[in-house]
Amino acid sequence: MTTTSATHGTPFQFSEAALAEAKALMQKFPEGKHKSAILRILHIAQEENHGWLSIAAMDQVAAVMGIQPIEVYEVATFYSMYNLQPVGNYVLEFCHTGPCAIEGAERIIAYTQQKLGIATGETTADGVFTIKEVECLGACGYAPMMQVGEFYHEHLTEAKIDQFLEDCRAGKIDKGTWKMH
Amino acid sequence: MGRKLLIEHAQVEGIRTYEVYRKQGGYRSVEKALKTMSPDGVLEEVKKSGLRGRGGAGFPTGMKWSFLAKPEGVPRYLLCNADESEPGTFKDRYLMEKIPHLLIEGMITSSYALGANTSYIYIRGEYSWIVFILEKAIQEAYANGWLGKNILGSGYDLDLYVAPGAGAYICGEETALIESLEGKRGNPRVKPPFPAVKGLWASPTVVNNVETIAAVVPIINDGGDEYAKIGIGKSTGTKLISAGGNINRPGVYEIELGVPVEEFIYSDEYCGGIKNGKKLKACVPGGSSVPILPHFLINKTANGEQRLMTYESLSDGGFVSGSMLGSGGFIVYDEDQCIVRNTWNFARFYRHESCGQCSPCREGTGWMEKVLWRMENGQGKLSDIDMLVDIAKKIEGNTICPLGDAAAWPVAAAVRHFREEFEWHVHEPKACMERNYGLVREPVAV
Ligand SMILES: Cc1cc2nc3c(=O)[nH]c(=O)nc-3n(C[C@H](O)[C@H](O)[C@H](O)COP(=O)(O)O)c2cc1C
Ligand code: SF4
Ligand code: FES
Repeated sequence: MTTTSATHGTPFQFSEAALAEAKALMQKFPEGKHKSAILRILHIAQEENHGWLSIAAMDQVAAVMGIQPIEVYEVATFYSMYNLQPVGNYVLEFCHTGPCAIEGAERIIAYTQQKLGIATGETTADGVFTIKEVECLGACGYAPMMQVGEFYHEHLTEAKIDQFLEDCRAGKIDKGTWKMH
Repeated sequence: MGRKLLIEHAQVEGIRTYEVYRKQGGYRSVEKALKTMSPDGVLEEVKKSGLRGRGGAGFPTGMKWSFLAKPEGVPRYLLCNADESEPGTFKDRYLMEKIPHLLIEGMITSSYALGANTSYIYIRGEYSWIVFILEKAIQEAYANGWLGKNILGSGYDLDLYVAPGAGAYICGEETALIESLEGKRGNPRVKPPFPAVKGLWASPTVVNNVETIAAVVPIINDGGDEYAKIGIGKSTGTKLISAGGNINRPGVYEIELGVPVEEFIYSDEYCGGIKNGKKLKACVPGGSSVPILPHFLINKTANGEQRLMTYESLSDGGFVSGSMLGSGGFIVYDEDQCIVRNTWNFARFYRHESCGQCSPCREGTGWMEKVLWRMENGQGKLSDIDMLVDIAKKIEGNTICPLGDAAAWPVAAAVRHFREEFEWHVHEPKACMERNYGLVREPVAV
């Protein structure tokens, strides 16, 4: 259970494509049960709002789904993948759970923190990176690991982190997308 | 080499696509079931197979299916639990990523047996790329007539959807999964009513793990009796084990239930032994929620019998000297690992993942985390050790869902087997922050 406060943010509108997708997602569920699509619609809203869910974005989700804003807030605050505060362009989500920890996750996280000069939960001043620590991501045999956007980066080493950060700065890292493939 | 029923073709080039999967014999179970068997006939085969739930609890699948209420005019649902968030577990990911059609085939055959016309695969949100792999496979299945209306002219209709979560271990608990799928917070429900009577949208619902559903495919293809020939006693068939920690060959292995634990850890077919020539210190054989075993109880039970990879053998000795097969998340610790730190790490995990509905779980997990943290940082007291046991006892059995137990057991087991190491943390506050206690001594029989 996480306790977090939310931020209003700037006005938010779904793109045409995202709106169409949200409607299609709601139709996957029986008549009157379209609220089930909320988690995925929130993922899309987050992606369209630079990686985080503002109150403005959540209110739009409520409007599009025809439900009360509070129904959206209570869901958005429950799940760890939703960021309720602004984040950097690349959110480095390091697994810090047991199996990764015994294979060096803590060392890799500390290395990255030092290199970027930020603590977990913080964003670099240039707005490029945010470090997040998360629980087991189902990659325990390929530890240490982090998730960035849609993708897993496994068997991390200090050298790999160096290369990765450089590639991010050069805009070479694909974050994937929550929209239809 | 053991038989592989699930991931035999995982390395076949292109197996993710419909064409290659079909060429390898895919979708035969659907043909057989829909053309030659009644739904109850499918259920009978599953019962005969002895298949037990692969999500962690090991409940017999056939029996679970037979509990499904079938009131007239009310839809029934099959939900696949692909939330896979138990630390140490990454087998369902492997299966879905490599052979998505196997899960889809299993979903069709199983949904037919249960009379479900709409089914969902609830998958953890972090596996987002697998969401798209599954959706592509589902599209292919629709395009080839395995999903949709009147499948194979049998009159049976099925729609199958993927529903991603958004990061919450608790959504793997079946009633939390249902809440989440309804678009709510993942708060477990008080049972009864059980999902078999009132589940998704208050309709009768079965929730099964990815691997359980995939196993229905070979069971229908070859018959439940054939499946039951594999394994030992009530541990029939094959099991996916995801092996991690300080071993030479981490990864996902399909074993025939009954392989000796020693063989699993040391043979080159599986884990390939402990990394860097180190000694084995401990093992968590079934995901973070099951009791940890010290080295002297891993290869042999307390009675001196060979320990096997079966539900029964791994739990031999109960919680005093045994553990559980659990989810098959097999975590190996070498002599350099600190048990107090590891126990703290898991306590932190459960505190973070508690949904917060029950006070023993919400408060107790936080207390255990804090007490363990101060021990790990050289500020523990001897009385802390018994306090940990006491907190664990007060959580166990006093909560809505089993997450509370899952948080309590690892702490209780760590103290039970590694008390010396906890005491050492108290007595050597400086040393404990610099180095590890080492191997725990075998208890001496008196
Ligand atoms: C906290 C908690 C987390 C769970 N997580 C999972 C999970 O990620 N995957 C899973 O299949 N079962 C999980 N389970 C077990 C499910 O509640 C349920 O028993 C299982 O999905 C039933 O499927 P099976 O009979 O095929 O094993 C979890 C249980 C609890 C209490
Ligand atoms: S035991 Fe913990 S996770 Fe389960 S319902 Fe209670 S508070 Fe929530
Ligand atoms: S513990 Fe890190 S992915 Fe499982």
